[in-house]
Amino acid sequence: MIKKRPKALYVDHKYCPGCGHGIVNRLIAEVLEEMNEDENALCAVAVGCSSLMPDTFGIDIVQAQHGRAAAVAIGMKKCRPDSMVFSYQGDGDALAIGLSETMYAAIRNDNITVILVNNHNFGMTGGQMSPTTLENQRTTTTPFGRDVAKTGQPLDIVKLLKNFDIAYLARGTTSNNREILKTKKYIKKAFENQKQRKGYSMVEVLSPCPTNWGISPLEACQKIDNVSTEVFLTGEFKKEEA
Amino acid sequence: MQKELMKGNDAIAEAAVRAGCRFFSGYPITPQSEILEYLSWRLPEVGGNFVQSESELSGISMVYGAAATGTRAMTSSSGPGFSLLQEGISYIASAELPCVIVDVMRYGSGLADIFTGQGDYWQAVKNGGHGDYRCIVYAPNSVQEAVDLTALSFQKADEYRNPVIILSDASICQMMEPVKFPPMIEHDNNQYEWALKGKGKGKSKRHTSTMYYNDNYDEYLNLKYKRIEDNEQKWETYLVEDAEIVLVAYGISSRICVEAVDKSRSQGKKIGLIRPISLYPFPTKAFEELPEAKAFASVEISCLSQMIEDICLAVKGRLPVYPIRSGMSVYESDDICSSIDKILNSKCKEVY
Repeated sequence: MIKKRPKALYVDHKYCPGCGHGIVNRLIAEVLEEMNEDENALCAVAVGCSSLMPDTFGIDIVQAQHGRAAAVAIGMKKCRPDSMVFSYQGDGDALAIGLSETMYAAIRNDNITVILVNNHNFGMTGGQMSPTTLENQRTTTTPFGRDVAKTGQPLDIVKLLKNFDIAYLARGTTSNNREILKTKKYIKKAFENQKQRKGYSMVEVLSPCPTNWGISPLEACQKIDNVSTEVFLTGEFKKEEA
Repeated sequence: MQKELMKGNDAIAEAAVRAGCRFFSGYPITPQSEILEYLSWRLPEVGGNFVQSESELSGISMVYGAAATGTRAMTSSSGPGFSLLQEGISYIASAELPCVIVDVMRYGSGLADIFTGQGDYWQAVKNGGHGDYRCIVYAPNSVQEAVDLTALSFQKADEYRNPVIILSDASICQMMEPVKFPPMIEHDNNQYEWALKGKGKGKSKRHTSTMYYNDNYDEYLNLKYKRIEDNEQKWETYLVEDAEIVLVAYGISSRICVEAVDKSRSQGKKIGLIRPISLYPFPTKAFEELPEAKAFASVEISCLSQMIEDICLAVKGRLPVYPIRSGMSVYESDDICSSIDKILNSKCKEVY
């Protein structure tokens, strides 16, 4: 385990207090450094809170259009097959406007890694409903709570992607130490699969958004442990058979 | 090298490969699909990558990623598909990355139809995406010129780090003509310092809107496009020296106009033609010295006349500008001749 800060994180992150993005950034940076891939990494970063990542994460990065990060990553990977290429996206980006790009990267089993940070809302724009907003959750566009009779059920991308012929699929959280360590293992396995040219890998990370959920960071973590993980099951859903 | 008989779309695809293009992603749409089909087998043959994307949005996004690695990259589309490319084109222009986009124009808005048209002028030339940017736009009027301009497009895209659009039409791209190709260029995707390949021991790089890194962005961008406007105008003239009425036409329309000029001249009428080859920058220099000119006419397959605005700007109100339009049925040279007669007999209304 690395005690010191990974080299790629050259300055403290700029996310809100209690946000999970900083932890996910840290886990990715640690994994890349441990695999000796931080100098070889290319990232397509999404629009939304994810787009703060390049301000503090010193690797080669393209700022993708909203929803298209997976496609941008594929363009890079095809031209730099020996680079470690990943997209860094939120749930609004990857599952609303970018669902088509997300699905087709998996359908083609393109050899990229998608890191999807799911905080159940469009954070950057002030907390509107996203595809993963929980039933009855209040957001600025569901002020009386999400009515699934009108908006449909929260979108579980794992349920969709596990049916495809992809290399690796897992979901973790940043809500407690045990889960953070597990999530790091998932991220490492995802990148290892890419390195071995096995195809598409995705790790979804349930992440608190105390700012827009209107609760304290601690309560936000408890909400993930007690509520989110009941809807969005955690663990590994697709991996190579032992 | 011998000349070969080749369809416009296939010729553009082969010319792209010869120009060092090693990445293409695109989506089928008539009348450009042969570009996609050709590159599906040709690019793998030369070690390049071809992806049939799930949409034009995805296609241009993959081109964005590929371009960021320093690889010569292209996509192509038409009509509604060209509309979907605009988001990506704005991002690529904003990040100042090079790429080439081919728009094989069909006629009409919305669903439109698949026969030839020139109605994407505004969208290509005035920029179809959001924000302040321009694309260099070239309009070939033969299969050979489509080949030559494809090579030039990749060169200029790199030189200015800017998207270049080849604005062709269904006529040029579906016809077969003899063509000669230049030899293959090997493009080194590591030659530019901005190309992403992993930071290595150096500083990390980031491609996004360059406004974030340039304290003098507004002036910089003005100067960049001014430089293009000063240096990259391309046009051809036909019998303009003594011409009293000067037709202005690009692409397939310019070929019909050559015939109309000849027919009118055989009847003693002093008619000439300016053929813009670059649409952005518009060849304003072509309008500077025409001592005998009394009027200009824009000849376009567009029922609203789109290029006519740029002609008016080039003429700066000195002389009248008339529209000669076509659309659902494409004009023949005789139709253009009778429009010229209407102008001569003062029976045609100025556009503004």
